[in-house]
Formats: sequence, C-alpha cells, structure tokens
Amino acid sequence: MMLIECPWCGPRNETEYGYGGEAHVAYPADPNALTDNEWAKFLFYRKNPKGLFAERWVHSAGCRRWFNAVRDTLTYEFKAVYKPGEPQPIATTNAPAQGGTK
Amino acid sequence: MAEQVLTDISALRTSPLAHMAFALQQGAVAGERGVSARELAFTTQIGLRAEPGSEAHAALAAATGVGLPASVGEVAGNAEGTAVLWSGPDEFLVVAPEGTELFDDLVAALGQSAGQVVDLSANRTVVELSGPSARLVLEKGCPADLHPRSFGVGTAIATVLGPVPVLLWKTAEDTFRLLPRASFADYTARWLLDAMTEFASPEVD
Repeated sequence: MMLIECPWCGPRNETEYGYGGEAHVAYPADPNALTDNEWAKFLFYRKNPKGLFAERWVHSAGCRRWFNAVRDTLTYEFKAVYKPGEPQPIATTNAPAQGGTK
Repeated sequence: MAEQVLTDISALRTSPLAHMAFALQQGAVAGERGVSARELAFTTQIGLRAEPGSEAHAALAAATGVGLPASVGEVAGNAEGTAVLWSGPDEFLVVAPEGTELFDDLVAALGQSAGQVVDLSANRTVVELSGPSARLVLEKGCPADLHPRSFGVGTAIATVLGPVPVLLWKTAEDTFRLLPRASFADYTARWLLDAMTEFASPEVD
C-alpha cells in the first residue's frame, strides 16, 4: 500500500485517490480547425514513458480536489505533487508547453 | 366528523438509522474493552463554500459564530454546540444540534458574493462510536492514521470506512463521530456491529 501526499490533506492511503492520466494535455486553441486525426490524437493519445511522468490525481475520498504529481512509472515513487496552476517542480518528458500549467 | 389536522410534521420524520437503534443498543460492549455506537439523529448540517481570503469567507466566518477552520483536520467550535468541519480548501460543513437556527443568518451573510450556503441536514447522519476499543474498531477499515499523535481530540477528516466515504471526527478521548451519507448509514451501522462483536470476548493472546 502506498501513501500519496495530497497538496491539501497531506499523506493518505492510495485507496483514497483516483487516477486521471497524463497531465498538461493542452486543449486545442481552435478545436474546429483540427482534422479528425488531430482531434483523436488530442482525445485519446497519451504518452506512456518509462521513468518520470507528470500525471493527474484526484483525492476522491478526501478533499475531492484534483492535483498534479510527478511519478516514476518504473518504481511508482512519487517525486513531487503540486496544485493545478503551479509550475511543475521536476522536468518530465511530458512537461507543459510554455505558459501552460493547467 | 372531527378532522385531525397534522400541524407538526416532525412527528413523521424517520432518521436513517431509526430501524437499527435497537440492534445498536444490543450490540454495545461493556467493560474495559467496551465500545458502543448510537445515532445522533437530525443534526443541523450546512455546507459552506467560500475562497479563503475573500469577503464571503470573512462574512461566513463571522456568521457561524465560531469562525471557519483553516486547514485539513481542523474543527472550529465544539462538538456540543456549533462546529465547522474542514472538507476542502474552500469547503466547510457546519454541524450543529437539531433545531439550530443558523441557515438564514449564513445566507444573509453570504449575500450576493461568490460562494455557497446549502442546507445538507438530510445528507449525512451522525453515528457516535465510543469506548476504549473505539479506535481499534475503526482501524479495521479506515486507512487514515488514527493514533492520537496525529489524530487528536477535535480533529475531523474525510476518509473511508471500509468502502464507505465518511467524515470522521474525534470529539473526545475514545469518542468518534462518523458521518456517512444517509444511504450508506445502514451498511455503516452493520459494519460497525460486526467489527464490535469481537470485543465482547476476552482478548486472544
């Protein structure tokens, strides 16, 4: 069993959390301009790196807030957690685009 | 023919654990390993939302009479009167005895500011678990650290008991209040009764 640090509630058991997939997937500026292929890529295609990965988590049984985390997909170790809107503390291969921290 | 007019509809109310009252009474364990559970029905509960630092937050804090808790685990006020539990960075739950007239004051205090005041009295019921073995019972199904060093009297957190999301509030030494949603109350009570049973027997070495 893993302890995950919620930015608001502190360390809690992993069973209190839900997983939200890759973080920092920017919404297209003009969705209408996209081809079906590009739209499908935005909706469904996610990175799956070995190593550090920025991803979204929700503390569903606690404060019910979403936050971001940098996790090592090889060891499952959480390297950092940060609130939405805060800069990513550790660089990953799916780092946010310039200016986008959502 | 005389007509009977019902003037007080509170007589028709049924609390979520009314049907379990007798079972909970029977399931109480006495002695030095004792633990017992009972329902505190019909408490007044009001959900508040306001961003800390905003005018609405200050106005609501003043209107509750006990302020608003600042961070996780904190409870403003006290368990006998009005208490405010922290349920999120901008979300709070007022819990007060039955009949507390606070709702209108809070609505007036919020005014047109961004925020929420919602009457949630029927949302959750309150189960009070007390006795020397209360913490041992909860630790069978609650993943949170309930050791007194991190979960002292006057602490409340949102967590789970078995599969049920509950607010867990330590109101006194060896006394916990559980706030499951009304529809989970029956399961919670039966779960507690099952978990309490072993404490009626002597401890096995």
